[in-house]
Amino acid sequence: NMASDEDSDEDFVTYGTPLEPLEEDEPIRKPVPVHEQTVKDEKGRYKRFHGAFTGGFSAGYFNTVGSQEGWTPSTFVSSRQQKAERQNARPEDFMDEEDFSEHGIAPREIVTTEDFASERKDQLKDKARAVSSLAALIPGDTGLLEELIAPARSSIGVELLRKMGWKDGQGVGPRLKRRQRKQNTDAVKVHGGALLPSGSEESEDEDDEFAPENVTFAPKDVVPVDFTPKVDSHGLGYRGLNPLQALGGGSESAHINLFTLQSDRTSSLFGDRNSGQKRRGGIAGQAFGVGAMENEDADIYHKDSMSNYDTVLGGEEPGDGLYGWTAPQQYTRKKNDSKRDVVYLGRILDGFTLASQVTEIKTVYPPPDLPRDYRPVHYFRPVVDLSTVSPIVAQALQASRGHLSQDAPQQGRHSLDSSQRRDMLGETPLQGPSSVFELLGSKDRERLNEIRSVAKEQNKSVLNLSSAEDRAAVVASSTAPQPDSLTSPAKTQASSETQMALNAWSGPTADASKTFKPFQKNPQKQARYDLYINKLKKGDKEALESSLDSSMTEWERGRERDEFVRAAVLYKPSNSSLSSRFTRSKNEDDTDSVEVTRDQENDVDDKQAAVKMKMFGKLTRDTFEWHPEKLLCKRFNVPDPYPGSSTVGMPKIKRDKYSVFNFLTITDSSHVSREGPSASKPPGSSTTLPHLTPEVNKKSRWDKTGKVSEPKDPLSAFLSETRSEVSVAKQIEAGAKNQTDSSHASEEKEEDEEEVRPPMDLFKAIFASSSDEKSSSSSEEDSEEEEVAPSTSEPIQISAETLNPPVSAQITPAPDISKVPGII
Amino acid sequence: MAFPQPRPQVPQLPQHLLRTIECQQGAVRAVRFNADGNYVLTCGSDKSLKLWSVSRGTLLKTYTGHGYEVLDVDSSYDNSQLCSCSSDKTVILWDVASGQVTRKLRGHAGKVNCVQFNEEATVMLSGSIDGTVRCWDTRSRRYEPIQILDEARDGISSLKVSEHELLIGSVDGRVRLYDLRMGQLHVDFIGSPITCVCFSRDGQCTLSSSLDSTVRLLDKSSGEMLGEYSGHVNKGYKLDCCLSDKDTHVLSCSEDGHVYFWDLVEGSLTLKLPVGKAVVQSLSFHPTEPRLLTAMEGHVQVWGAEPEDAAVEDG
Repeated sequence: NMASDEDSDEDFVTYGTPLEPLEEDEPIRKPVPVHEQTVKDEKGRYKRFHGAFTGGFSAGYFNTVGSQEGWTPSTFVSSRQQKAERQNARPEDFMDEEDFSEHGIAPREIVTTEDFASERKDQLKDKARAVSSLAALIPGDTGLLEELIAPARSSIGVELLRKMGWKDGQGVGPRLKRRQRKQNTDAVKVHGGALLPSGSEESEDEDDEFAPENVTFAPKDVVPVDFTPKVDSHGLGYRGLNPLQALGGGSESAHINLFTLQSDRTSSLFGDRNSGQKRRGGIAGQAFGVGAMENEDADIYHKDSMSNYDTVLGGEEPGDGLYGWTAPQQYTRKKNDSKRDVVYLGRILDGFTLASQVTEIKTVYPPPDLPRDYRPVHYFRPVVDLSTVSPIVAQALQASRGHLSQDAPQQGRHSLDSSQRRDMLGETPLQGPSSVFELLGSKDRERLNEIRSVAKEQNKSVLNLSSAEDRAAVVASSTAPQPDSLTSPAKTQASSETQMALNAWSGPTADASKTFKPFQKNPQKQARYDLYINKLKKGDKEALESSLDSSMTEWERGRERDEFVRAAVLYKPSNSSLSSRFTRSKNEDDTDSVEVTRDQENDVDDKQAAVKMKMFGKLTRDTFEWHPEKLLCKRFNVPDPYPGSSTVGMPKIKRDKYSVFNFLTITDSSHVSREGPSASKPPGSSTTLPHLTPEVNKKSRWDKTGKVSEPKDPLSAFLSETRSEVSVAKQIEAGAKNQTDSSHASEEKEEDEEEVRPPMDLFKAIFASSSDEKSSSSSEEDSEEEEVAPSTSEPIQISAETLNPPVSAQITPAPDISKVPGII
Repeated sequence: MAFPQPRPQVPQLPQHLLRTIECQQGAVRAVRFNADGNYVLTCGSDKSLKLWSVSRGTLLKTYTGHGYEVLDVDSSYDNSQLCSCSSDKTVILWDVASGQVTRKLRGHAGKVNCVQFNEEATVMLSGSIDGTVRCWDTRSRRYEPIQILDEARDGISSLKVSEHELLIGSVDGRVRLYDLRMGQLHVDFIGSPITCVCFSRDGQCTLSSSLDSTVRLLDKSSGEMLGEYSGHVNKGYKLDCCLSDKDTHVLSCSEDGHVYFWDLVEGSLTLKLPVGKAVVQSLSFHPTEPRLLTAMEGHVQVWGAEPEDAAVEDG
């Protein structure tokens, strides 16, 4: 685009489309990634690539040739009435539209026709061709003969010039006078140094003298510099083998050959003026001899002359004429006198001038003065391994060097215990009792022990906490104040922690080698801790006290005891926490969570023995409950042995020791009720199934919550509260009932589970937002509830006949339980 | 007043070689009668399964489609379908007539040792070295098994199906009897790895051979041992055992090249049938007649109670 800015003084010529001006606030646009760059055709559709792009050749219009018909051959029809027109098929008829576009194989663009094409351009082309033909290995292969027989045709421009009086070989421009022209050529020479080939300048110059004053001449035809791109891989300036020299053995040879004309051209091309003039025409050379009537060529009979030899030793005299004379001192001292310097220096090289400023002298600083007692020998200090030396020495060493190694533990005064400090100071260990406990009388000691054991007993109920809660408790206790007396309430907590640590570590799976070492920085302490852990594993109840250092003070020991217990609980082995998920049958004290897995095989050793004794039968046979898939039964034409059961295969019992139900202290009746749907007894099932009857007699959880000293969750606490309220209400309304309200616990003992439950209204009031929203599971419950307690005005019956099954059983009715009358 | 029953005939044992079939399919891994005993199926180690006529010993059809050696085959009650299992972990249901693969079932994690149809050929059961028995539905188009019995702790070596029971022998030394009707699983501890299990024809007993070179007859309901048969060699190979057509004898392959016949009740060795020098790998007893198939190396031999007086068609 050509555009001239009118506002500014200068005229700019811009080319191409300008970039959009950047705005400051504009976010920088991300470049479109390659995979999102799409190619669209001129109508904006996605372009389908053909051929190599798609991995196969397909062409044109849906893989046809651009028309729906495809390669339908045109038929030649010609009749008398309708003569077929002669059809000249052009190449364009078989080409696609894309081929005519800018990047096609035959781009259509507006070009000046040959008539109007400039001559100069043609010349350039010719020259390039000539040069390339020279550089080519086979000379003259660019169609020289074609050029020779080319038709004489000149462009419009040439015709016009001719009409205006221009002749071939002349330059274009106003005619000049001789003098002027000469000046011009001089100027050219001075200006560039770049040699412009200018025809036969010399010969014209000779004629110059005869030129009259009033005659003007046409300007010289200037051949522009040929900017032929270098496409070969030759070195710069290398022209390859010159065929003329190769064939003729030298430029001087007057070989007759076909390329004489070309050689003329090339010489003019490269501005070789001399050769053109010195060349002789015709046949020449030794091979042809010298005719009788001809003069001898000087070249032929070689005459040696003295002028070919150097007669002076040392070559030409130098141009300065000084003959190696060096200037005396005073010339060099005089500064700022360039002429003198020039005189001194002799001559200045071409293209160089003397510097106007003298270069600065670099200042050199002398080395420092060495002290008198300096010995140029380096002395290496011996390296001492700190671990091998006693700490005092090591510390002294470190201090003497002035740098403490960063790896050494920065042990503050308080992080050391007394024994460590003692070691550091080099003191002897103290004699006598180290513990306050030892100073006490035997009675006092017993008393303290009693108190301790009582505290332990109290905390046994806490032991059923889950491991997560354990940790929470431990973390909480870590923020609690340090226990300093045995009787403080915090101490009871600590003892419970001790018990927890014992529980955690006494498992058989605990592996000492893989346990975390929390006191690694203090090896003595770690050793004590390891001892403690080992004792824990053996189940030693006094593990903690016995593993502590007796020489430490009571306060230090107390602190360490605390740390050890906490570390033992926190870093207890992971597999022990895993094993806590499985019930151990040997554990007698928590009866409600222990249950022998039903489908465990009996001891293999017994069976081996039985097999050896060939006592097959009961000893070697195990019978399990197995649930076939319903479809399998169908395919086998067998009724499903467990209709309504969703389990498939062996019923798997996951008895989580620390489940939510355990927190609510559910008794076995709830276990039965949970198993009820899945394991309704098949006819004739074996005796390995759990016995249901004895467990039914046990109390429900509602009974038990009253006895538990502290309710663990707010729900149960709330329930017990409401229960007491209800019982009070009952007392008022059911006067016939002679129940004592002295304690609701004793009352609950007598009552059934159902009796204890608050009326449904209360639950509704609490849990249900609207009365019509009833879950399907509780709907049955509700209806039965209303039978029993339709309103609070009626007395609640307690007789066994109208009793409903316990709540837990009600949710999933099990026939065995419902039959049993509700007794204590 | 009924006359006393005539004294039952002394059962005849198939001790006469009737025919030797060169199967030309590599080692014959298993040989099986079809449901009615007119045809023979042989599993080759060259991945092929071949169907033969017993009476003439001619090859009727070759079933190819397994990717590795075929280990077991069973035919449906109506002879319309075959199921086979292979070391390539697949179970294939074949159409007998066309020889096409009806279904190719993948799911086992290891080579599949044994396969059986149930009575109505609605379920295929396959036991694999991966310790599971998979129950495949032949009726639906599902490619997942109906149920996976993964109670075994080692590979399944043998399984049999009765009306409503699955008898599964495993390398863990246990014979498991799954009772679908009762929904129970009886595990009988044998101790030694089980190589073959089968039901007695009356369905009251189970027979199991194990790698301690013993065949045991157990009462199905109680697991008590009714008989113990030994004398043969079975220490490393998975050898077959079976009962004769009338439950009179217990048969077992042996690694010493014989087939051993024991009297079921007495437990005494009745016959030691020499088959060849190599291991008798597989055998199959005709469902109704005293006829026996034995497989050794690359050939199958047909044994009958009486030598055929018709033209001998050996080869």
